[in-house]
Amino acid sequence: MAMRTPLKNVRYLGSAKEGADHFWKQRVTGVANLFLGIFLIALIVKLAGADHATVKATIANPLYGLPLLLLALSAAIHMRLGMQVIIEDYIHGEGLKIVLLMLNTFFAIAVGAASIFAVLKLSFGG
Amino acid sequence: MADKTLGRGARAARPLSPHLQIYSPLINMMMSIVHRITGSALYFGSALLAWWLVSAAVGPEYFAYVSSWLNTWPGWIVLFGYTWALIHHALGGVRHFIWDSIHGFDVKTIDLLSWGSLAASVTLTLLVWAYGLHANGMF
Repeated sequence: MAMRTPLKNVRYLGSAKEGADHFWKQRVTGVANLFLGIFLIALIVKLAGADHATVKATIANPLYGLPLLLLALSAAIHMRLGMQVIIEDYIHGEGLKIVLLMLNTFFAIAVGAASIFAVLKLSFGG
Repeated sequence: MADKTLGRGARAARPLSPHLQIYSPLINMMMSIVHRITGSALYFGSALLAWWLVSAAVGPEYFAYVSSWLNTWPGWIVLFGYTWALIHHALGGVRHFIWDSIHGFDVKTIDLLSWGSLAASVTLTLLVWAYGLHANGMF
């Protein structure tokens, strides 16, 4: 039996039914991306023009591979939330909006998973 | 929708709130728009980064193939644009953190932060590329 009153269930959540959840996750991943993005630029500059063996050895090093994993995760969440807002702002047809919101989720997960898989393969794949 | 102004259940043609084209462009407004555009660019650019990582995971031959694409003039332009978009979006994010914390809302500071993030993003992008090219012995 639900012990919460209906008022308790909706309090602080607002009309979108999720409160500041979206806003807050966007900020948390934004802070993470700020530091991990600086790392990414340093890594790319370091690896610019490098051959395959060097790239593989560098990313297999946990000091480089681990931040790259964290960035892939944080960036995937951040960009999914950001694109969700853009879609909701500009797409007014309900059907198309639902399709695009789904594709947005698929894209973010696919890009994140591909990046993470690649880093793991470079690290453990022999 | 908008033309249904007559008959039962119709909406009256009320005036709409003013939109972008009404206002003269201000720097904070332009930087807000650019923040969204760079965010979108990074969104699709992330697929490029994933492609590069996956190519390294596939093996030396495919990595060389992808690198040969990136090492063209269009590839360089995309990478340069990606660098600037990343730095500009990061600095825009910092600006928004400042505003989130309810600081810097007087007009002078708003203009300073907006122009500052634009100038800093261009400067930092050029510095990163200058350093990168120098480190690779290109000048």
